[in-house]
Formats: sequence, C-alpha cells, structure tokens
Amino acid sequence: MGIYLPIAEMSVNVIVLLAMGGAVGFLSGMFGVGGGFLITPLLIFYNIPPAIAVATGANQVIASSFSGALAHIKRGTLDFKLGGVLLAGGIVGSSIGIYVFALLRRLGQLDLIISLLYVALLGAVGGLMLVESVRAIRRASGGQTATLRRPGQHNWIHRLPLKMRFRASKLFVSVIPVLGIGAIIGFLASVMGVGGGFIMVPALIYLLKVPTNVVIGTSLFQIIFVAAYTTIVHATANQTVDVVLAFLLMVGGVAGAQYGTRVGQKLRGEQLRALLALLVLAVALRLAFDLFVRPSDIYSIAPLSGA
Amino acid sequence: MRKTTLALVFFLAGALASGSVRAQQEGQESIEIGLSTDSVSITSGFSGTNLTIFGALDNADPLVSRQGRYDVIVVLEGPARPVVVRKKTRVLGMWINTDSQEFANVPTSYAVAMTRMPQDITNTGNYSRLAVGAENLHIRPQNGESPATIEEFTKALFDEKKASGLYTERVGGVQFLSRNLFRATLMLAPNVPVGTHRARAFLFRNGTFIRETSAALTIQKAGAEQRIYEVAHDYSFAYGSAAVFLAIITGWIGRLVFRRD
Repeated sequence: MGIYLPIAEMSVNVIVLLAMGGAVGFLSGMFGVGGGFLITPLLIFYNIPPAIAVATGANQVIASSFSGALAHIKRGTLDFKLGGVLLAGGIVGSSIGIYVFALLRRLGQLDLIISLLYVALLGAVGGLMLVESVRAIRRASGGQTATLRRPGQHNWIHRLPLKMRFRASKLFVSVIPVLGIGAIIGFLASVMGVGGGFIMVPALIYLLKVPTNVVIGTSLFQIIFVAAYTTIVHATANQTVDVVLAFLLMVGGVAGAQYGTRVGQKLRGEQLRALLALLVLAVALRLAFDLFVRPSDIYSIAPLSGA
Repeated sequence: MRKTTLALVFFLAGALASGSVRAQQEGQESIEIGLSTDSVSITSGFSGTNLTIFGALDNADPLVSRQGRYDVIVVLEGPARPVVVRKKTRVLGMWINTDSQEFANVPTSYAVAMTRMPQDITNTGNYSRLAVGAENLHIRPQNGESPATIEEFTKALFDEKKASGLYTERVGGVQFLSRNLFRATLMLAPNVPVGTHRARAFLFRNGTFIRETSAALTIQKAGAEQRIYEVAHDYSFAYGSAAVFLAIITGWIGRLVFRRD
C-alpha cells in the first residue's frame, strides 16, 4: 500500500512505516528514550533524504514521548521539577547546537561528525551501562538487594552549592550539574538530530542517582519539549518536516509506546539498564561498521542548495 | 485518455499532410509527437507510472519503413538542478568525505526509450552532437578541478542517478504501430522530480539523423499533497507548530486507545 509524501517527494509503503514506528515506539516507552537515534537511521536506510529523516524523526518522537509520559504521570513516576530544570539547560544547549549544525553542514563534514559523535557517545555510554548493570544483576541473583542508592555514598556532584529538593526523585542536589547535564544533552541532541534520551537516562541514573523508574518518565517529559523545539526550528529554517511521514510513524509509535511502558514496568531497574545498554551498543557498532568498513559506494550525491 | 491522444495525433498527421507536397519534393521526413497528457498530477496514491508518448512520421519512405530502417529515440528530461558529488576516502581507517565536485545543471531525471540498441541506431559522434543519452549530457562542472577528476565525478554522478532509478534507458521502449505511427513508453519513477520536463524525439534513417521535435510536460503535486507543500514553505512556522500539535494529539489519542495499565 503506497502513499506519496508531499515534502520528501517520493512514494513509500504505509505498512513498513507503521511497523517502523511501532517498533521504535515500543523501545521508547520501555527505556524512556525518544527513539530519534533509531528512527533517523531507519528512515535514511529506507531512502528518505537525511535532512527530512532528522526533522521528521523529531516530530514523531514528540508523539511517542507524550504518550509514554502520560502513562508515567499516572504512575507518579515523572519528576516535573527535575524535568523543568533539565529543560532550562537543554534550551541553551540546543540553541548553540543548531548553530554548530549549520556550520558543519556548510563544511560538508556533518555526516562524519555525527557518526563519530554517535559511535563515541553510544559506545562509551552503552559499555559503561552494560558493565554496571551486569554487576548489579549478579549481585541481585546472589541474594543482595541491588540498588544504586547506597546511604552515605556521595560524589563531588553532591557537594556543589545551590541545592534544590526534587521530591519525586527523592533527591537533594545542586542545580548546577542538573542545568549542565541539560545543556550538554541539548547541544548533542540538536547536532545529532535526536532527543538525547539515550544520554539523559544514563546521566540521571549514574551522575545524579535518580531512581531508574523516575528517570524514564522524566526523560520522556524533557524529550517532548526538546523534540518540539527541534521540529519547529527545522520546519522554519529548512522546510524538512514531512507531516504525512511523521503521522504514519506516530500512529505506530504511540501504540508501541504504551506496550513498551508496560513491559518496562515489569522489568527490574538493572535488567532495564542492561537491555538499554545492549541496544545502545548495537547502534554504536552498526555506525562504527559504516565508518570503518569500505562502503559499497564511495560516492554520494546531494542537491546543492543556495547555488 | 489514450483515445483522445490518438485522435490528436491523427489530426496532426492530417494537418501536416497539407504541407506534404513541398516536403515530398525535398524527400525529407518529419516527426511529430503528442503526449497523452501535458501535465501529470501526483496524488497520495502515486507510486510511479508509465508515460505513453505517441508520435507520427510524416512523409516516410515506404521502402525504408518496410525494411525497418527508421529509428526513433524519445528522451524525457527532468528540470536541471545544481548537484554536489562527494567522494569518500580512507583517513585514519575511517571512510570520510574528502573530495567533492559541483555541477551546475544536472537533469534531475533522464529517461530514454529507443527502437533498438543504441549502437544499432547511429554512431557515437551523432549521440554526442545531439546530446542524446545520459553520458552525452552537457553538464557544467562548477569548481575548476583537473579534467580527470571531473570525468571521474561525472561518471559517479551518472552511476548514482541510475542506481536511484532516475536515469533509465529502455531499448524497445519505442515501437512502430504502423508504417508511420509509433508509441514510446517511458517510466516515471516513484521519486520523479516535480517541475517542467521536456520530451524530445529524434528520428534517424539508416543511422542518419533526420529531425527532432520536442514537447513540454509538467509534473506537479495535486490536491492535499500540493497544499501541504505550499503551507510548509509559505507558512513554515505555523506548519511546524501544527506538526507539533498533531504529534501531541496523536500521542494523547494513542494513550486512550492503546492504554495498557
């Protein structure tokens, strides 16, 4: 069943897009990641022009994150205050990121920087998470209670001034690292064209020691705004948001997100972290493969804009 | 649609017949084409289509046409756009874009249909003089690189275009229906670019180029597709906001419909 996309200017299969959206939405609800780092490569693989894939991916991420966040609000596993502070930092970061994005694109090296960032970040984040979560799972099976929150354990982050209380996360911490994490993630998110959930989730878990179940809801909440901001910026500056494409992905995505949230809540924190780590590592390996293995076609063509 | 076209072609043939006395004296054949439509509308169901072009030879020599020595090549060329071709090389073990070449006027699509294999119709000199066939297009390189580099990137450009189905060649795509009536079938790819395309028909007799004719074809988005495109470009901020709103509503409805807790 084909449908013609008005902005991408090509004909695509409806069923394929619904399935793609569904699969990514499922993972999104389960792990609290927006799924932008999965949907964008999938769309590019399906021959959608990269600029449209990035912008439309952001649009679809809003829907599945919103849908997932609603489920977390009902469960009380969404920290609005923490999400709000992260967002404030995030907006500053992504504004800088959008400027850098435009600069790199002019130089023709955008693909390289994005790939390198993906490989380095996903590889590091995935690797660290996997090691930690496997250890936690071992401890849990050895009869000990596995938790990241050990009383009396404080790192340097907890000694910074300007402390603020985040009740839902059972957290009393300085706003400086929270704003900083928000800004760095906002920057990376807009350069890489993603919501940044896959960096946000581990950062909140490991740096701020927020409980895993609250992290997912809060991350989703934050992603809604980052993705909305990205969508509007791309739509205004580049006219690369294809609503028909986005809508098809959304329909699949919101359905998937609801099932994903349910599965995610059945799993224990360390199992969830291990699975997310594996997913993140798989994407990193895939991208590294593209970077280091001789491509089947060393040439690529692109329309020359502004000429 | 097809019936009206046929009628149009016969009408053309009839109109030309009045001038045929003079033409006969010169012994010069002429060629006319009629498109089955002068505009193709792309709607939501579009997934590529066949475009049929009918044409007629006027004042054809019966002997030559009985021997099948008239050949026709029909070309449908998409609007020209500037394009950059990039090349990846290995740097520190990584494959990255290092070299690039810009071209000023690359036809977005290029479909060729012909009666026989290209080498059986005429010689390469004729093809390059008439600029028929993708490899004979006059494409202007933008930045001054060495001729060898330009040649390499030009070849890469055509290979990419062929791989994406935008540059096609169909031997046997032109068929003679009678002694002087022919039909050309060209494939419009699902990702055919919108804009004004130009159809050109070339007539050869015994490998000698006789005459060419051309017609314009507009490919445009229609209905909702066109409106979405216009709104996205003319009211881009409102469009972006609407896209966000749509996502929020979809997320909310999705929550109501697929709720699992």
